[in-house]
Amino acid sequence: MSQVLGRLRGPNNEGLLVAVILVVVVVMSLSSPAFFTPGTFFALVRSSMVPLILALGVLLVLISGGIDVSFPAVAIFAAYTTITLLRDRSLDPSPVVVFLIAMVIGALLGLFNGVVIARFRLPTLIVTLGTQTIFKGILIAYIGSAYISASGLPSSVTQVSGAHLLDVSGGGYLHLLIIPVIAVALVVWAMLRWTVFGRSIYAIGGDTEAARRVGIRVVRTQVWLYMIVGALAAFGGVVYVILGRNANPQSILGTELDIIAAVVLGGASIFGGRGSVIGTVLGVVLVQLINNNLVLLGIPSTWQRAAVGVLLLLGVSAQALGAARARSRPVVVQKEVEA
Amino acid sequence: MTSAAEPVLVVRDVVKTYGGVHALNSVSMSLVPGEVHCLVGENGSGKSTLIKVISGVEKPDSGTIEIEGRVHQHLTPNDAIRSGIQVIYQDFSLFPNLTAAENIAMLSELAEGRAVSSRKRIHAAAERVVSELGLRLDLGADVGTLSVADRQLIAICRALVSDAKVLIMDEPTTALTHTEVQRLFVIVRRLQRRGVAIMFVSHKLDEVLQISQRVTVIRNGRLVESGESSGYTRRAIAKAMTGRDVSEERLVSDLPGATPVLLSVENLSRSGGFSDVTFSLRAGEILGITGLLGSGRSEIAEAIFGIHPADSGTITVSGKERSIRSIKDAVHAGIGYVPEDRLTQGLFLDTSIAENMVASSLDSYRTRWGLLDRRRVRRSIADLFKRLRIQAPNVGAVVRSLSGGNAQRVVLAKWLDRKPSILVLNGPTVGVDIGSKEEIITILREQAAAGMGIIVISDDIPELVTSCHRILIVHDGRIVAELAGDEIDADEIQQRMAA
Repeated sequence: MSQVLGRLRGPNNEGLLVAVILVVVVVMSLSSPAFFTPGTFFALVRSSMVPLILALGVLLVLISGGIDVSFPAVAIFAAYTTITLLRDRSLDPSPVVVFLIAMVIGALLGLFNGVVIARFRLPTLIVTLGTQTIFKGILIAYIGSAYISASGLPSSVTQVSGAHLLDVSGGGYLHLLIIPVIAVALVVWAMLRWTVFGRSIYAIGGDTEAARRVGIRVVRTQVWLYMIVGALAAFGGVVYVILGRNANPQSILGTELDIIAAVVLGGASIFGGRGSVIGTVLGVVLVQLINNNLVLLGIPSTWQRAAVGVLLLLGVSAQALGAARARSRPVVVQKEVEA
Repeated sequence: MTSAAEPVLVVRDVVKTYGGVHALNSVSMSLVPGEVHCLVGENGSGKSTLIKVISGVEKPDSGTIEIEGRVHQHLTPNDAIRSGIQVIYQDFSLFPNLTAAENIAMLSELAEGRAVSSRKRIHAAAERVVSELGLRLDLGADVGTLSVADRQLIAICRALVSDAKVLIMDEPTTALTHTEVQRLFVIVRRLQRRGVAIMFVSHKLDEVLQISQRVTVIRNGRLVESGESSGYTRRAIAKAMTGRDVSEERLVSDLPGATPVLLSVENLSRSGGFSDVTFSLRAGEILGITGLLGSGRSEIAEAIFGIHPADSGTITVSGKERSIRSIKDAVHAGIGYVPEDRLTQGLFLDTSIAENMVASSLDSYRTRWGLLDRRRVRRSIADLFKRLRIQAPNVGAVVRSLSGGNAQRVVLAKWLDRKPSILVLNGPTVGVDIGSKEEIITILREQAAAGMGIIVISDDIPELVTSCHRILIVHDGRIVAELAGDEIDADEIQQRMAA
């Protein structure tokens, strides 16, 4: 019985999260007939897309034993800079190229993070707090501070903005960009599971010194990791611009808490070494569910922030309890060795 | 037989300095296939530096490492691993968040320079090593949930997954019980038969003599002696390590006839821990409590100190029955407890001796106003400094600058500053080298002579034999034997513990 329950709970409490999401859905459906509709569902999917991409980056950093708060700055820096570059030169390349340019910029910013963190072995939180401010400053001072409306965006970008995969009666729609978002999530999932690079990230998060001793090139892995995280953030930034049909150097900034909360809720350990893509997806969905629909329960939207804070604490507590459970498990002392 | 073989590893004239201090001063040694070569030395003698140089983690200032005839001047960790040198570190360096199988076989995936990692291949590789060694391990379990002994086996498997030629084991037995050590030795001998050259680092001299064919002793960065193990005794090795005669004889002065009973424990029981434990401790006495890991020896100490209080039975301190339900009760009754490892850890290295000494007892120096009574603090510090004969210019010296033995005196001072009448030490010398061990025991003897009652919980039998007036042997939560005076004998204890 307890074994079945254990399997349902999943290695990182994923099962528990599914249960919580189901409870929230049932409660919301019961309290508001407007909730359980395709429209609400597609709105949830739409609002989860950018957070999910950013969360995947945060997941990678958390698994490696760090914590990154610079990703919103990287995201908007890369997206806004790309749009400004294209506008100033009156270029209108295909959306794929727009993504690529932004991701290169994001990767370079990530490279900066990675080099500082890995080479000088500094605490990631402090480094990214610093670089976050640097990136923001450079963006406003040198690249631009003006709001760019839909008319200022390259036309290929605005075209994608209106591309719906599926429309439902009643006003809901599924956006085309859900396809690349899911693809990116699958790539990250496969990387974590099946590549030596991915497993090295887990190893570094488990014990950095041990990783160094078994011959993992810790510095190189970390630098690559932060470049990937930067590129992911940039990808998220461009998706944000496309969905919102505008580029504003102030947007995305300040969403760190929601994203980190979602990833921690999804079972990623703040101490490193643990975390999964599926958990992250569930965590993001839960946070968005709460953020979007608290109003339906009659709770004022001003409580949203508090709700996210509570979720973060719940996520961390669940981890602490899980750790205590693992410790209290009886250890088998006797193991036979035949001479 | 082994001397005829070509050495697989030759270390030649290796010099390594840290800021002008010689950590290694022209050290040369060699390892031949199929031998167990023990490297012994006190803490800080240069053993760990030598291991780091051989494994490529540290670059020597001069000298060479030769592996299978190939001379390396700049060995990197990856070079070393690829040439077949594997180190099992004292802390095992395993990944607690990964499965046993991944811990064992990940290395080979890395070494082969693969990009794609396959669970199937990893599992198969791990399975192969585990069955070759005749072990049974749960390969799917996260290493963090396994016992220390299992982790060690995993560390060994990991070292062997990619055909190690040289296996360096850095104090592999520190965390193991007697039976687990014997099982480890079975595996070591099996590896030996396969032609692996094993460098075994330890300061448990009995083990060194039991397992090795050759012994090399280093002291202060120099190789002082090297030779066949059969030509050595415990005493000779200890002398080579410390440079002086270390006495391991029983040095227990008789208790003056009528010292008062400080502690008397009657019918103490705790379900799942121990039952019907009855003993007494007199002033000036050092009482040893020993037993296998899990026998209940630590649980008894924890009950006396109120960490996990007993369910039934009485504890009488200095003639007064005390109800000890919490640590606070125990401290109030005058009982002090030094948990495991605290003599090797628990110092603030970059602060002064004085600050370290009072770090855990500042509470007791409050004035009526709740402020710190600095004058009283200074007095205790000066007193402890003198009593424990700490060799340092003054109490302001930074702990990091002290030798191991003196640092340990500071730790003891810290515990003594709480002024207990009864001091319980759990494994006081775990991981402590032989010279420092002797110093700790000397201090304990002095404290006992000054009227303190001391209980030492340990599975280091020679240490108990040298220092204890009486020894209680715990088995399955019960005291099965009490040895005193001439009955105290290492073999006797060993047998009764396992019985």
